[in-house]
Amino acid sequence: MSPSDFLIIPFDDWVNFLVRDWLVPNFRPFFRAMQVPISVVLNGLDDFLAFVPMVVTTLVFALLAFKYAGRGMAIFTLVGFAFIDMIGLWPETMTTLSMILTSVLFCTIIGVPVGILAARNDLTWKIARPVLDIMQTIPSFVYLVPIVMLFGVGMAPGIIATIIFALPPIIRLTNLGIRNVRTDLIEASTAFGSTPMQMLFELQLPLAMRTILAGLNQTLMLALSMVVITALIGAGGLGLTVNTGLGRLDVGGATAGGVGIVILAIVLDRITQGLGEQKRLETTSLRQTLVSLFKPGAPAPAQAGKAA
Amino acid sequence: MTSKISVKNVFKIFGEKPGRALEMLKSGQSKNDIFEATGQTIGVQNAAFDVKEGQIFVVMGLSGSGKSTLVRMLNGLIRPTSGEILIDGDDVASCSPAKLREIRRQKIAMVFQHFALFPHRTIAENAAYGLKVKGVSSDERREQALIALEQVGLSSWADSLPADLSGGMQQRVGLARALATDPQVLLMDEPFGALDPLIRKEMQEELLVLQRTLKKTIVFITHDLNEALMLGDRIAIMKDGEIVQVGSAQDIVSQPANDYVAAFVADIDRGRVFTAATVATDALPMQLTGDTAGDAVKAMEEQNRSAVYVLDGEDIAGVVTYQQAAAADRESGTADVPLADVLITDFPTADRDTQLADLYAPASSGLPIAMTDADNRLIGVIEPEAVFAQLSADPATPDAEPQAEAVAEERELAPTP
Repeated sequence: MSPSDFLIIPFDDWVNFLVRDWLVPNFRPFFRAMQVPISVVLNGLDDFLAFVPMVVTTLVFALLAFKYAGRGMAIFTLVGFAFIDMIGLWPETMTTLSMILTSVLFCTIIGVPVGILAARNDLTWKIARPVLDIMQTIPSFVYLVPIVMLFGVGMAPGIIATIIFALPPIIRLTNLGIRNVRTDLIEASTAFGSTPMQMLFELQLPLAMRTILAGLNQTLMLALSMVVITALIGAGGLGLTVNTGLGRLDVGGATAGGVGIVILAIVLDRITQGLGEQKRLETTSLRQTLVSLFKPGAPAPAQAGKAA
Repeated sequence: MTSKISVKNVFKIFGEKPGRALEMLKSGQSKNDIFEATGQTIGVQNAAFDVKEGQIFVVMGLSGSGKSTLVRMLNGLIRPTSGEILIDGDDVASCSPAKLREIRRQKIAMVFQHFALFPHRTIAENAAYGLKVKGVSSDERREQALIALEQVGLSSWADSLPADLSGGMQQRVGLARALATDPQVLLMDEPFGALDPLIRKEMQEELLVLQRTLKKTIVFITHDLNEALMLGDRIAIMKDGEIVQVGSAQDIVSQPANDYVAAFVADIDRGRVFTAATVATDALPMQLTGDTAGDAVKAMEEQNRSAVYVLDGEDIAGVVTYQQAAAADRESGTADVPLADVLITDFPTADRDTQLADLYAPASSGLPIAMTDADNRLIGVIEPEAVFAQLSADPATPDAEPQAEAVAEERELAPTP
């Protein structure tokens, strides 16, 4: 005795009908058009990163790491990128990097305004919240199929899947950052006759910037975690290397791709975390950096430097 | 002097459905009953007062009395449920957001209890905020901000961040930020409440000095009665959202409207509230050339005084005591003794606004104190006994604790000052 004795709901048929027989025939051109800006940005970045010599790219990242995460991180960047190049994965790494940067760029373009809107309007937040929960909890394999049906295969659909997965933190943290601006400051700003826009740009965004950058960091990390999954629908780069290794039971190849992803992740994470810290630290030793990388829960080197 | 701010029948009820609560309130039900019946909280009820141009109007009350709500309604940070708030004739309670913004930019500035400085902006940028919002060019607003900072003595800190400053200095920046836009009305919400006592005292004095030149219309919120009495030209005392008494410091201390106010003023330093003028009596002076010691003795006996002042024409020549005049008169027998022989030329003086606290030392000489005007003319005398009588005057029952019911009942009966 169970409810299914009385009624069988053909849920999968409904979804099939909705996607295959309604969305795809009617809206396919619309979805195809949607990926145009993504493709443009992605191809531009990809071409640019492929054109710039490896040494130059590495130096730029090392300088950024030096500025925002300290000396140790700069050395790590130099060594890590050289290692990637020496194991022959530099072009794949740059492809992955351009995909990540494109995803994060679009996440920011969409996420920050939505977060601002959600912070200013409780109704928007009430609607946005469950949507974000769904975006974060639904397994990404579930939406890979409709994405392929609507957008086709390739890099751009991969980026769309990445955006769906990586968008929530930046919306959440933008919302949080703006809502957490002290009420007496809001009151003061209002009392002097600020318009809502003046308040946003003079007060709320600057004070929420740390939190928004933390959201950006989270979004970036989530985007990186999608690299392998999007390779399943035709996105290239390090994800493809890992997938190929998996398919051929080539442990070495898969590991090489994995190491590349990890090195890239560490460098990008520390640089964006340093952006959020907003203060320069001149000296963080390589040892401290490495210790902090492998110690769970240890503060980022940017924080640990002064305390140590 | 015209009314700058005019508050008429203002109510503020917090909650979703203020309508019913407002009706209940108007039919005379208490704050607690209304909260139980409707879940609505009464913020301010039936507030009405006028603030004249250039005046410091102090609203005093304990926490939860609605004073912060009241001041926030004056610049529309909180919109009243009903009533009118006129600033130069414009109703802040009902005007459009754009008009309200205009009033905030041009006329009203506010100083906050916890300073509310923008932590990511330098001191000069903080002080210039109101000007920036108004759209003043960056050079001009820096110049104005520096002038405002100069007024509060902080121009050398212009490029520091708020976190580098102490509490007292931060509040000076708060004041400079408010002054930089040259507003006509200054709202100060417990501005010195978060400062330690010495700094608070210093800031109060500075505010009074600044006010002498600026002549702003100030609405000042405080929970400290001494602060209210020191600063306020007029004082409103609030309790449970109601204004229970409005008047000058002396009105409130000498004629408290009810037990609640009386209990408040019971502990204050009366010597700092009352001035010489409140205890002075007519001088009834003698003339140095016309009158004799005998005349003086007679006059003092008639008026039951122990000493009398003697004028030389219009100027004060000195003072004659009953003891000395009577003794001289007795010794001389029938001959007239000129007043000059018994005159004491070293006499205490005070002016109209001298606080009683500053009369203790002069009063201890035992001689009456001469109250003089700006031209040093005698306009009255102050008997030492009168000083102490005013200090000890006890207008209300000393053991009366403020109780809600008693206060509500007595409000109707209370004498209006």
